[in-house]
Amino acid sequence: MIFGYPLLSVAIWLPIFFGLLVLATGNDRNAPLARVIALVGAVLGFLVTIPLYTGFDRLTSAMQFVVHDEWISRFNIYYYLGVDGISVLFILLNSFFTPLVVIAGWKVIEKRVAQYMAAFLIMSGLVNGVFAALDAMLFYVFWEAMLIPMFIIIGVWGGPNRVYAAVKFFLYTLLGSLLMLVALLYLYNQSGGSFSILEFHRTPLPSMAVQVMLFFAFFMAFSVKVPMFPVHTWLPDAHVEAPTGGSVVLAAIMLKVGAYGFIRFSMPILPDASHYLAPVMIALSLIAVVYIGLVALTQSDMKKLVAYSSISHMGFVTLGFFIFNAYGIEGALLQMISHGFVSGALFLCIGVLYDRVHSRQIVDYGGVANKMPVFAAFFMLFAMANSGLPGTSGFVGEFMVIMGAVKANFWYAFAAASTLIFGAAYTLWMYKRVIFGAVANDHVKHLHDIGGREKLVFVILALGVLGMGLYPLPFADIMHASVNDLVVHLNISKIPN
Amino acid sequence: MNYLASLSPIYAEMFLLVMVSVILIVDLFIVNYTKTVTYLLTQVALFCTVLILLFTHQPGISHLFNNMFVGDVMSYVLKVFICLAVMAMLLYSRSYLLVRGLFTGEFLALVLFATLGMMVMTSASNFLTLYLGLELLALSLYAMVALQRDSAIATESAMKYFILGAMASGFLLYGMSMLYGATGSLDIARISDVIQNGTANKSLLVFGLAFIVAGLAFKLGAVPFHMWVPDVYHGAPTAMTMFIGTAPKLAAFAFVMRILVEALQPMMIHWAGMLMILAVLSMAVGNITAIAQTNLKRMFAYSTIAHMGFLLIGVLSGTIEGYGAAMFYALVYVLMSLGGFGMIMLLSREGFEADTLNDFKGLNQRSPWLAFMMLLLMFSMAGVPPTVGFYAKFSVLSAAVQAGHIPLVVMAVLFSLIGAFYYLRIVKLMYFDAPESHEKIYIQPDSSLLVSINGMAILLLGIFPNTLMSVCYVSVQQSLLH
Repeated sequence: MIFGYPLLSVAIWLPIFFGLLVLATGNDRNAPLARVIALVGAVLGFLVTIPLYTGFDRLTSAMQFVVHDEWISRFNIYYYLGVDGISVLFILLNSFFTPLVVIAGWKVIEKRVAQYMAAFLIMSGLVNGVFAALDAMLFYVFWEAMLIPMFIIIGVWGGPNRVYAAVKFFLYTLLGSLLMLVALLYLYNQSGGSFSILEFHRTPLPSMAVQVMLFFAFFMAFSVKVPMFPVHTWLPDAHVEAPTGGSVVLAAIMLKVGAYGFIRFSMPILPDASHYLAPVMIALSLIAVVYIGLVALTQSDMKKLVAYSSISHMGFVTLGFFIFNAYGIEGALLQMISHGFVSGALFLCIGVLYDRVHSRQIVDYGGVANKMPVFAAFFMLFAMANSGLPGTSGFVGEFMVIMGAVKANFWYAFAAASTLIFGAAYTLWMYKRVIFGAVANDHVKHLHDIGGREKLVFVILALGVLGMGLYPLPFADIMHASVNDLVVHLNISKIPN
Repeated sequence: MNYLASLSPIYAEMFLLVMVSVILIVDLFIVNYTKTVTYLLTQVALFCTVLILLFTHQPGISHLFNNMFVGDVMSYVLKVFICLAVMAMLLYSRSYLLVRGLFTGEFLALVLFATLGMMVMTSASNFLTLYLGLELLALSLYAMVALQRDSAIATESAMKYFILGAMASGFLLYGMSMLYGATGSLDIARISDVIQNGTANKSLLVFGLAFIVAGLAFKLGAVPFHMWVPDVYHGAPTAMTMFIGTAPKLAAFAFVMRILVEALQPMMIHWAGMLMILAVLSMAVGNITAIAQTNLKRMFAYSTIAHMGFLLIGVLSGTIEGYGAAMFYALVYVLMSLGGFGMIMLLSREGFEADTLNDFKGLNQRSPWLAFMMLLLMFSMAGVPPTVGFYAKFSVLSAAVQAGHIPLVVMAVLFSLIGAFYYLRIVKLMYFDAPESHEKIYIQPDSSLLVSINGMAILLLGIFPNTLMSVCYVSVQQSLLH
């Protein structure tokens, strides 16, 4: 508790409260009011999280801003919140994106506006809960509850094939979550009746077989969300069918939740299984980086292309985690933040085009730069960041992960570095086909450049991308203590020799 | 005076019996199509029963009538919830039944007799009392299903229900007679003692046990004894389906506790294995078959079967945690099923049953609030937090993990994933599809208020589940202390 109020609780419940308020405005007659309330809620939601950054003590790896109250005493479950250097930035990132999403859907969403805005606000609060929860059941509740608004967002405001995508998204993630629930229940018994995540970190698990099984259960939950290579197939569907705001939140926030799970649960709770299975995880990560990068190259749908590029970039994140050194982990965390900015921005760019032409196909465009020069400039910046150009945020994380990988094994680094080529290839090739050349058709001819509202969003994101690329220290410095501590913890075996 | 005071555990039943008789007579003299007086009397009778239960409730276990009847915490708690569930059911179904001309004095009397039967079952500590309560309940239910005489499908399902129910009762009686033969007693505590001493004939006991478990499975609707469930749920008027699907499940839970846990605890290795098979089959058949249903009542029937499978997992864990979890599951299940059937009745009107999946298409555009309530119900049945259905599953699974049944738990979660699909489909129909009819939804203020309370209860209990969980746990714990 600091500044007189429990920051984390406010960060979680304020957006949810505003979401309910928006919901109460009722039908579309009150849409303008719903939009304004949503924007106020989203901006306030971001402002209240700023003290989390400014008041954060960088020297300790302990949990901060802790809230610890009774919740379900029958099962020893607590309302236990806290952040360390690993989680704090994600709460900021999430709260930062909520106003952008509200603004992005300002005009485009015309039917059931209140429900749309409310779903995003409620989800924003729930995601903050996921990152702040230190009790495993509290985490699980937020983790699953988050699915409900996303399911509705994809299903109601999505594209033509939205129902299939929404159901696929829900069932895929639910499968993983349920297995994780079993793992959590097992750990609850092992730890002598506690659901505290920090307690789980200390719980002895002397059998490798048990650790591997638990790892598998967690893997099912987290790898689906990341998504990692064999279970990634829901993502392109969900992205393509989701409305722009939904894609932004999926890419910028939801995927991070899975990766966060690995670093908060799988690795510290199961250090031995993590080391044992690291080659598998690294192999899957590299397949995602290289193979999915190639798949992205062949896409004809822009949203699908960015979706595959997300999978490829997230492969970097899991690679960084499982090489077990501070460079890798810190790089992976930075990559997560940067990917949030960049992929969110790219989906917003595609959204801008889609709102005007109602097509996501690359062939329907060409010569957009002639008609939308300002937009083309912003799109250029984000495309460069996506390909990892030095000076943009995309470079920092990738570079650090590659450095970490060189330390572990040269060939890991070699394969991972290929993304700098593939990433540039698919992003810039798409950019060239859409933006450059002669005006391709009548639709493009009648395009008008982005307006003030859209410019505002892009300027904010561009500042984020450039700022993080040119001066990453404020981001890196906050996580040092926690990451170093984690690396030490990961090297302590739970199996007695 | 002293004797009268010692009867306090049975005051509620006595009061209810008197009230049924009064209501039966009063109903003869009041000629009124809407039955307002009788209806209000019934509700008042149930409400007063709840009050009596709350006031006569005392800690510890007290036996009455030579150990025929027991008052313990579990029975008080279950009886209170049984009465509340019946009250809610009457509130939900009144306008539905009025429109169809089924809201008669006999119906109300049958409901009260069935309630009395459930209460007796809940407090039985002798096989005779147990059977007495069970038959009072079952006979009332058969008559209720058959109440709609001019409907062929209702009559057919009443017939099926009666024949299969009678057969199940036969199984139970046969099993009980075997246990009597082996132990020489019908008293639950005595039977437990005799078996514990090891003097009873083992093979006779196991033989009897198999029949008892089969009879219980019939009553609960567990696979492979589930065939009656979909037909009866589908065929009976929705109000009767709601009645069958709610309060009697609590009584059935008490029945399982009294027979399997209190009388046959020493034979747990035998019945736990049988229940495990029943549980896995129920979850598999229930969840998979529910996917193919287009009628919502049938879908709920199969979902009930699956839920009963889950409940059995709690029982077969064989610990206080497990029984407490099963009791919590039963209560939550009743809450959800009240809401589900209530929703069907709310959307039905004269000459139209809103019981197919398509009737729920586009509900969000017709009535966002009702759609939201149904969304909560569906996610709760699927076991997604933050609804209370999640904690029901959670507590059962937690008990099973503690008892070391990890493969069973993994199977249970996989089947509940399959189950999530058909609940999601309803959400999809309500939110993603366009409505088929734009007919205005006309709803009674009382039942729409109740459905809101019901839906909010599912959400609020999901955010603060501790109290109800602790009540269930403590009441089971207190009742099993001998």
